[in-house]
Amino acid sequence: MIRLEELSVEAGDFTLRDISLEVAEGEFFVVMGPTGAGKTMLLESIAGLISPLSGRIIVDERDITGLSPEERGITIVYQDCSLFPHLSVLDNIRYGLRYHRTAMSRWHLDDLISVLDLESLLDRYPPSLSGGESQRVALARALAVKPSILLLDEPLNALDPAFRGEIQTMLKRLHNQTGITFLMVTHDFNEALALARCGAVLNQGRIEQAGEIEDLFKKPRSKFVATFVGIRNLFRAEFRETRARVNGLSIETGRRLDQSDGYLAIRPEDIVLSRHQIASSMRNSFSGEIIAIERRGMFYEVTVQCGELILRSLITRGALEELELTLGKMICFSFKATAVHTF
Amino acid sequence: MRIKNSFLWLALICGLLVLGFILFPLLRLLTAPDPEQMGEALRDVTVRKAIWLSVHTAGLAALISLLLGTPLAYILARKRFPGKSLVESVIDLPIVIPHPVVGIAILSVVGRNFWLGRILHEIGIRIMGSVTGIVVVLVFVAIPFYINAAKNGFEAVPSRLENVSRSLGASLPATFFRITLPLASRSILSGFIMSMARALSEFGAVVVVAYHPMVAPVLIYERFEGYGLKYSQPVAVWFILVCLILFLILRVITADRKTRLSKGAEI
Repeated sequence: MIRLEELSVEAGDFTLRDISLEVAEGEFFVVMGPTGAGKTMLLESIAGLISPLSGRIIVDERDITGLSPEERGITIVYQDCSLFPHLSVLDNIRYGLRYHRTAMSRWHLDDLISVLDLESLLDRYPPSLSGGESQRVALARALAVKPSILLLDEPLNALDPAFRGEIQTMLKRLHNQTGITFLMVTHDFNEALALARCGAVLNQGRIEQAGEIEDLFKKPRSKFVATFVGIRNLFRAEFRETRARVNGLSIETGRRLDQSDGYLAIRPEDIVLSRHQIASSMRNSFSGEIIAIERRGMFYEVTVQCGELILRSLITRGALEELELTLGKMICFSFKATAVHTF
Repeated sequence: MRIKNSFLWLALICGLLVLGFILFPLLRLLTAPDPEQMGEALRDVTVRKAIWLSVHTAGLAALISLLLGTPLAYILARKRFPGKSLVESVIDLPIVIPHPVVGIAILSVVGRNFWLGRILHEIGIRIMGSVTGIVVVLVFVAIPFYINAAKNGFEAVPSRLENVSRSLGASLPATFFRITLPLASRSILSGFIMSMARALSEFGAVVVVAYHPMVAPVLIYERFEGYGLKYSQPVAVWFILVCLILFLILRVITADRKTRLSKGAEI
């Protein structure tokens, strides 16, 4: 288990302020944040490569704040892999073993090499490896010493999209097989969704929100987190009893709202479009004019204007064709009260 | 297009001029003495002793620079601390100080009217007119070249590699010897060559501290002063040849490493 207690770090232009975080034993935890949020710095502090100004780092109930990196049993995989260019792949993987004589008995190097499919690369040198291969070698090198915690610094970022899925699957498998605590940082929320159960959002050196990924995704507690997790429908709202007023529209939330005002967020994929009012359990149903249709990867984003409110809905190509959506057309849109998140 | 062409022509002409300026006097020097004079110089034990003294004191000076300079170069490459640029300027000082002044400065601390000189005299170390003195002077003038080259080499090794090594369990010294030093070895070798070359060519500072025993540049100067151009040329040629062969060997050693590493990078 890792526990950060009010950790503050300063190095160069970056600062981390009062970071408090708890990662359970064997967890796959993801710290998300935009570039420059201090993600790498957080990892380097945990690894002991940067000394914090204040605060404590506790691993398995032991205060390791003052320990040097080599005494911590925490390994790190950087985005650029940082393989030792003068050593062969095998020597890279074996690099740390001489300092961890007990590690070998529990975790067999051969297993690791075969799980990561590295047999054919062992005699090669790092400069001749592809991005995906380098990443696998870096993972093997970091896991060979059987660390208590593996830190991953955007491991998928430098890879071709084609390799990304492959390494992602591998990471998940390695995590399940080794039972080691994985702490990964990324700027990509989708990666977090695919890999981790719990996570935190870091912004400008502070933790904005921590908890289960599902909660970050559905119940962001700040405007930053809401935007970061891709909630495109985010409005200032006034609350009264169970309803929220946004730009003249009254929206049912299905629960008593304690604040008098705040933010209202609806995930675009939770908004259902239809040609006519549909009879369903959806408590919110309105109609508006389509003002934009844009392709977003596999989906289409349809922007609907209703009075002064502009809402975005994410639909499939099939739905787009079936509804015969075109610019300027009037359309009905509905969403469940439970899809409405307020903070 | 025309401007570009005329610029290239200008560059070519300047380049040829520079090459000619460097090579012409040297080639003339190399071809001036006839084989008989060359043979005579080689049979002269004074000449052989002077060249050997030059080579081995310069090699020693480069070795001392390597041993003393490497830790400092590493710290300068890795750490930020107040007064760092001052330290760097101090290291560059021997490059900008006129050579005879270097000799005089060294004499002024090792002379017997100074405490350091008295201590050295007490423990039996002689600087003035000794091989020790020559090596001391050569280290003084050569060490900046070594430290700067080694520092650049260390800077080129990403500190993330050291981070990874530490997190894998290697201590700071182990990391230095297993990662940093091997990856900076080319710069260290070329720093060694640079500092040795600088030491071999030193005349002004050596002649102040130790006229005798005579290093090759001092012998060449003495023969030129005493007997003229013709008599100094064969010694100069032999000295140049020995230096060239030496550097050729060292270059071949470093080039070997270079091709191996870059081959790895290109596959």
